Amino acid sequence: MEQMKRLMLGNEAVAQGAWEAGLRVAASYPGTPSTEVTECLAKYPEINCQWAPNEKVAAEVAFGAAIAGGRSITCMKHVGVNVAADPIFTAAYTGVRAGMVIVCADDPAMHSSQNEQDSRYYARAAHIPMLEPSDSQECKEFTKLAYQLSEELDTPVFVRLTTRIAHARSAVTLEPREEVALKPYQKDAMKYVMMPAMARKRHPVVEAREIKLAKDANTMPINRVEIRDTKVGIVTSGACYQYVRDAMPEASTLKLGLVYPLPMELIAEFASKVEKLIVIEELEGLIERDIKAAGIECVGKELTGIQGELSVEKLRTILCGAEAPAAPNAELPVRPPVLCPGCPHRGVFYAINRLGLNVMGDIGCYTLAALAPLSAVDACLCMGASIGMASGAERAQGREFSRKTVAVLGDSTFIHSGITSLIDAVYNQETITVIILDNRITGMTGHQQNPASGKDIHNQPAPQLNIEKLVESCGVNDITIVDPFDLKATEAALKAATAREEVSVVIARRPCALLDKTPRKPYVIDGCKGCGACMKLSCPAIERHGKLVKINAALCNGCGMCEQVCPFKAIKCGEEC
Amino acid sequence: MKNFDLVIVGVGGQGTLLASKILGHLALSEGCGVKVSEVHGMSQRGGSVITHVRVGEEVYSPIVADGQADFLLSFEELEAARAASFLKETGVAIVNTQVIWPMPVITGAASYPEAPLAGFTQKVEGADALGIAAECGNQKALNLVLLGMLSRHLAFSEEAWKNSIAACVPAKTLDINLAAFARGRALHQ
Repeated sequence: MEQMKRLMLGNEAVAQGAWEAGLRVAASYPGTPSTEVTECLAKYPEINCQWAPNEKVAAEVAFGAAIAGGRSITCMKHVGVNVAADPIFTAAYTGVRAGMVIVCADDPAMHSSQNEQDSRYYARAAHIPMLEPSDSQECKEFTKLAYQLSEELDTPVFVRLTTRIAHARSAVTLEPREEVALKPYQKDAMKYVMMPAMARKRHPVVEAREIKLAKDANTMPINRVEIRDTKVGIVTSGACYQYVRDAMPEASTLKLGLVYPLPMELIAEFASKVEKLIVIEELEGLIERDIKAAGIECVGKELTGIQGELSVEKLRTILCGAEAPAAPNAELPVRPPVLCPGCPHRGVFYAINRLGLNVMGDIGCYTLAALAPLSAVDACLCMGASIGMASGAERAQGREFSRKTVAVLGDSTFIHSGITSLIDAVYNQETITVIILDNRITGMTGHQQNPASGKDIHNQPAPQLNIEKLVESCGVNDITIVDPFDLKATEAALKAATAREEVSVVIARRPCALLDKTPRKPYVIDGCKGCGACMKLSCPAIERHGKLVKINAALCNGCGMCEQVCPFKAIKCGEEC
Repeated sequence: MKNFDLVIVGVGGQGTLLASKILGHLALSEGCGVKVSEVHGMSQRGGSVITHVRVGEEVYSPIVADGQADFLLSFEELEAARAASFLKETGVAIVNTQVIWPMPVITGAASYPEAPLAGFTQKVEGADALGIAAECGNQKALNLVLLGMLSRHLAFSEEAWKNSIAACVPAKTLDINLAAFARGRALHQ
């Protein structure tokens, strides 16, 4: 029988591999470019799959499943590993009973991220093996291999992706699922209770395991030597392997499937067969450093640098002396992403700008309010940081500063890692104002359910977190709920909240414009005086034509915010209303 | 032509991913090697979006190199101009002649180029794909109008195209999508 082939995203293929490997439990928090792994896992009925409130919880759920005897997975973007690092580092000590895979998706060039940290550092720091596939078929195969290694070596295993692997589709051969028996639960406190006395006994196990894997790596088929012309030999992995094959098809390559620990004997043997050894890796020069530390001559980062993505063009320029491609046409107007027409966040940022507030921002669609013309966000660091930043600013500048400052974050981000900071603010008697943009969905990553949305990963009803009750039990007395479409009420709520000498929380509640199916008619402008008041909303449907303004009916969502801001009452709901 | 590099550009929210999904399905079902690269996340909120499709016997990089594209499929004029350097001198730009203002133009901080397609030295096939799609019953079918235009340059049979369209679009929209494809295929003959 001919095997079935399907075109799959790298992320989809990781899910397929995990399913084929008998995966039982999956827990993740969404994050581009990792989100689709878990979305795809949710479609397999054999897998118990969930969105967790954050990556740390997700990793702990996956770990619990593994030590209880079922194969598990947790998937996150690179910065998610920072959040989950605490359980992950010690899981390396305890080991796992059933296979546990941690998928981390790096984002070189920051297509959708706040930094371009290199997750391969985590593999080194935590002494956890790391595999790196270079196309969708390998995503599937390496995930299956990761389960095998995880159980053979008794350790969690990282599968590292980058955007160009996670979000590229290529052919994958489908195979049936292998049913892996659930292992019986066994108490083993010496192995799973990491108090100092036990941890001291486990650390040497970690070291011995790593030494064994580093030796075995020299003969693993996924570390593949391809001898062609021996003038140049290139050590590479992941997406870079594909770029190298296109840019320098004649060069010999050592393609690393296991990027930690490295097969040093194999590398030395490869180096001895070629005249010049070059390491091509995106971001940090980790492979290069290990090779140099072993006394093997090579070049790497002096050619490629550590910034952004590599590409076939860049490698042709670097390796073959080809002319660099022309810079993009800078005369064309840029097209940055924007808050959608009808986005409820817009009303909040409009009110913030009217009041001239300082804004400690956060991670989500609403970070887009940092761009002109709203230009309303002063700082954005990481998930949940807005509240802590506002507290710190008050500590430094004094309470008066909080009379003109707000922390702004979404419902999903608040649940992810804003709650503890709110408790901190109350406990330490700050007087900050926190605005929770409650659109009941995890928006930027493509609309995933969360504990406040009332639905689970399968869109089935789930207990709905009551944000105002939660906030109240954190010790907040001043809680206001507003409709961000009502600009006057929103402004009044922010004015009152910031004035108070206590922690205030304003919940701006409206569903995401992309999910709200309420039929509304587009607005029209009749008698525009060109004052530009409505332009301050920064709505993609409100266009300046010369001196006057028009509403693009094809884009208008009918939210009606512009009607409220027009001083000449020239904006009205269109058609018969 | 069955081996080609193609770049699809447009504005986040226009549904460019369906076009690449159909192309990928078609190439795979015709026994070709294929890679499709998409960017998800932030750029989907009304920003510039780009998808790469590479079809050949052995495809390595999932990204089309600058100056190597045989085809540029653009959902919007300004985005076509922005992606012009991807196209080979012998390449063809297939453009939906729709204009969508980006935020700097909306606010009056920049102006929309007068004739975005004038700078192309390569062949340009423009069409009001959005209008044609609307005539077929749904503006969203503009994907299929552009694919219909592309189909005449490629060596895949009409039957193969139809099978891949049927495999990739929701069943209830199939008739509209096939009609849009046929209208596109009949253009620029």
